[in-house]
Amino acid sequence: MSKQTDSEVVLTIPMHPSMELVAAQTGSLLAEANGFDENCVEEIQLAIIETCINAFEHSKSDDQRVRIKFIIKDNELELKITDHGVGFQLDPDKSPRESELESRELRKRGWGLELIKNMMDDLHVDSNENETTITLVKKKPESRLNRLT
Amino acid sequence: MLSDKFDVHIREEDRYAVIQTEGYLNGPRGESLAETAKNLMQKGHTKFVINLAKTKLINSIGISILIEIIELLEEREGVLNFCGLTPTIERTFKLVALAKYAGIFPDEGSAIAALGTP
Repeated sequence: MSKQTDSEVVLTIPMHPSMELVAAQTGSLLAEANGFDENCVEEIQLAIIETCINAFEHSKSDDQRVRIKFIIKDNELELKITDHGVGFQLDPDKSPRESELESRELRKRGWGLELIKNMMDDLHVDSNENETTITLVKKKPESRLNRLT
Repeated sequence: MLSDKFDVHIREEDRYAVIQTEGYLNGPRGESLAETAKNLMQKGHTKFVINLAKTKLINSIGISILIEIIELLEEREGVLNFCGLTPTIERTFKLVALAKYAGIFPDEGSAIAALGTP
């Protein structure tokens, strides 16, 4: 059994245009250093960007900040992205369905959460009227393979 | 390394136009790209290639603007092909069904060839 060696990096960004790139860049450097391949790194970056943009656009937070905690584990990278906004509830029926793809508005809007789910291995939302934390997990491809065998 | 820089390069030929982007494509940059495409449409272009070889990340707002460009071209019975996509961007385009309405090709030459004859 391998020894569990977690380490953490915490970053706080203001809700300013393009600041999501700072978070994505940090995630990219940590993922690369932790041995994730190029595709995984791009998927992590996209998930971070979409989560930050959701907070920027919808949280209505007074402090206008997003805190990102990167937790580096042996076989995965866990992200906890927190804002102090008004919160939201996940609607399981809101995911765009194939039959609705013909609707132009549906084709254009509301893809952020769907993209995040698709890019990451796990997504958990913990939200109330004062704070939202979105937890994202990306596993290394080899650990996903081990889980299947 | 991610950069905050974004550029759009245009190449106009007789029967098509190639737009090459460089950098992260978000909402404001997508709007600038859409403006470029609209200007080319006003000049009579209906066949486009968007080369994303130098764009490694597109957010969901950028994607929604690419869909708007496709819709504008549909109104003009035009064609849009993409090329130079990273595997993540290609997967994203398939997920949001954008790939149903525009072609995806590995390189600029094959994307241009697939635009068809005038």
